[in-house]
Amino acid sequence: MTPFNYERASDISEAVGKPQFIAGGTNLLDLMKLGVETPDRITDITRLDMKNIEDHEGGLRIGALVSNSDLAADMRVRQTYPVLSRALLSGASGQLRNMATTGGNLLQRTRCYYFQDKSSPCNKREPGSGCSAIGGVTRLHAILGASEHCIATHPSDMAVAMQALDALVEVEGKDGSRRIALSDFYRLPEDRPDRETVLEYGELITAVVLPPAPTGKQTYRKVRDRASYAFALVSVAGIVSMQDGKIAQVALAFGGVAPRPWRDLEFEAALVGRAPTRETFDAATDILLRDASGQGGNDFKIPLLRRTLRAVLTELCEE
Amino acid sequence: MKTTLTINGNTHALDIDPRTTLLDALRNHLDLTGSKKGCDHGQCGACTVIADGRRINSCLTLACMMDGVEITTVEGLGKPGDLSPLQDAFVRHDGFQCGYCTPGQICSATAMLEEARAGWPSAVTDNLEGETVSLGNGEISERMSGNLCRCAAYPNIVDAIREVSERKEVAE
Repeated sequence: MTPFNYERASDISEAVGKPQFIAGGTNLLDLMKLGVETPDRITDITRLDMKNIEDHEGGLRIGALVSNSDLAADMRVRQTYPVLSRALLSGASGQLRNMATTGGNLLQRTRCYYFQDKSSPCNKREPGSGCSAIGGVTRLHAILGASEHCIATHPSDMAVAMQALDALVEVEGKDGSRRIALSDFYRLPEDRPDRETVLEYGELITAVVLPPAPTGKQTYRKVRDRASYAFALVSVAGIVSMQDGKIAQVALAFGGVAPRPWRDLEFEAALVGRAPTRETFDAATDILLRDASGQGGNDFKIPLLRRTLRAVLTELCEE
Repeated sequence: MKTTLTINGNTHALDIDPRTTLLDALRNHLDLTGSKKGCDHGQCGACTVIADGRRINSCLTLACMMDGVEITTVEGLGKPGDLSPLQDAFVRHDGFQCGYCTPGQICSATAMLEEARAGWPSAVTDNLEGETVSLGNGEISERMSGNLCRCAAYPNIVDAIREVSERKEVAE
């Protein structure tokens, strides 16, 4: 690790405007040890009052410092937002979930092995240096939303479930607070893969707001190389409600396939009002995958996503 | 910088570089070498300690962030002649070969049993809304996936943990 100055913030206003926050630290310290992140000053925000899960506007307001473990185990989340509990429990390990926070999980870096290897050129680590993943080992890489500059995937499971739940991110900045829809929170890499979110310098995530839970069945399915403690090859967060044998409402978000949690409203619209048949699923999935492209090593993700989605929809559409 | 750590009930005043991880503070500054450095990236779990009742990777934690937190290491769980139930079960079930991952396995399992007692579900729990959890082999494997054993003593590790978990269930 390169040397840094450590300071601890005692309230939110003291933290706002600082260049690098640390809370759980599980991603930041990992990257600092690799020399990928080299902050010269870090601000410890772990003592700030952002650790509660509150009933809020018919939904929940989750403080940014609520640990992934506490959020997954909260009985309101287990009963009302099971897709979120399931997603959280499928991510990382018991030790990491105890440290990792809600805000930090959202802000973990979109990353790949080349990003973490300082001997490889990487546009995310050093803009303009090139992408070593393209033409390299690409098993974990994106099939949607990538650019010629970066094909890394966002590894969060939690954020995929939150995307399906239409979560809002509450942030505090120099000019006050604002709420950002999670669907607008992440940027696509385009030609600036080093910029992953729309957060302005010094803005602090204070909470995530979940709207009232949608009706219908919820599930989270994650397909990966190991049974536990591995990133998703493909994951699906799904919420479906049925009426009179037809799909009434859907929300579907995908992990492991794009530089951000992926959601496609045109694809969802192609499911609504239709009978839950294989033809319906396949025609809609054609829309979802219309711009999908593999890099060789990850080509398998295209059929894997189609099949995983078919299994999820079959499960959720059962009345 | 100056920081104060509470380890196994004892308070230690330290003057350390802010880069010092909790693991390095334990091993290099406090002579508590039970916690092991494996990958140093949170992947193997050999460094697992218990912080305010929660298992964490001490390699991914800065020591200077841990003042006011009660840390328990494997040295605080039991001693020769006075082993904790899990330490005793690991010995009887032969839950190790080289032993390098064992302190982390035991700290992790100690806190994991408390998580299960609190009714925390896991990724393989069928009923998310249950108040209690029964720890079969599948549940134990899933909950212990943050602890690797390169000797692959997993069957015996799982047996040791399951025995202690069943004893706790009977005691209740």
